[in-house]
Amino acid sequence: MESRGVESKTLPHSPLLPGDWLVVLAGALLVGLSIPAFWRGGLGERAIIRQEGQVFADVDLRSRRELEVAGPLGVTRIAIEPGRARVVSDPGPRQYCVRQGWLTRAGEIAICAPNRVSLQIAGRTRLYDSLSY
Amino acid sequence: MTQLTITAEDRRVAWLATAAVGLSLVDAAIPTPLPGIKPGLANIVTLIVLLRHGWGSAVWVSLLRVLAGGLLLGHFLAPGFFLSLTGAIASLLTLGLARYLPARWFGPVSLSVFAAFAHIGGQLLLARAWLIPHDGIFLLTPPFAAAALVFGILNGLIAAKLLVETTSENPSCPPQPSASP
Repeated sequence: MESRGVESKTLPHSPLLPGDWLVVLAGALLVGLSIPAFWRGGLGERAIIRQEGQVFADVDLRSRRELEVAGPLGVTRIAIEPGRARVVSDPGPRQYCVRQGWLTRAGEIAICAPNRVSLQIAGRTRLYDSLSY
Repeated sequence: MTQLTITAEDRRVAWLATAAVGLSLVDAAIPTPLPGIKPGLANIVTLIVLLRHGWGSAVWVSLLRVLAGGLLLGHFLAPGFFLSLTGAIASLLTLGLARYLPARWFGPVSLSVFAAFAHIGGQLLLARAWLIPHDGIFLLTPPFAAAALVFGILNGLIAAKLLVETTSENPSCPPQPSASP
């Protein structure tokens, strides 16, 4: 049990031993792999557009198209591009949903409340709208 | 009536735990970009204790540090305390296995990196199971893992340097108190 303690008295001058380099490299590899492993699942795969709470369109995010959704105030225009979607224009007074810009991650949502239109990004797994603790 | 006898080992553990608590406070004072990312300076003490005095002492020093640190930082029995405790237990268990690696090849840096990954892994699992029961918590894994690697290496290097320095002059423990407080 105390074997390391005895051996540590003969510690070499270089603080990094060959095994340490191996561990550091393996660690770096692990960190590198963790990025696609943990961050890809959150990317959006579909755009769900709702009008008055009803699903108006459910579009694959690999496509490229523009949609026009009619609401009580006028037409909300939505652009879909590979991997992202945004509200291009909206007749609402405050333009919050337009100013949100491109949405890319699952769970992101732009709501044009006055015109009762929403654009939501959905991923592979269904996420919650919101969580509070 | 049983008499509590204080051994040299007890004093040593107490002193080293005090040093670790001090470093925990320094840690808490360092601002970080993301909550949860901390240098974990106190682990330098754990590493040195492990290599110098064995795993048993390291467990004592580490757990005393978590307890006293929790009391001093005011998060005793709050979620942060349990996160610290889980991290400490996970890294102690990992160190318990990693210390059997051949010391010719694997120095303090390896142990430190292993402990850092175990620390953050344990904390993420506890957070997922208890505090934020949603897989969204794992989005934090890449930055946490990167921080664990960087700080694991740094702490390991510091521990290695301190071990070399102290072995060359005085192999005994930190200063003994002249009178008991």
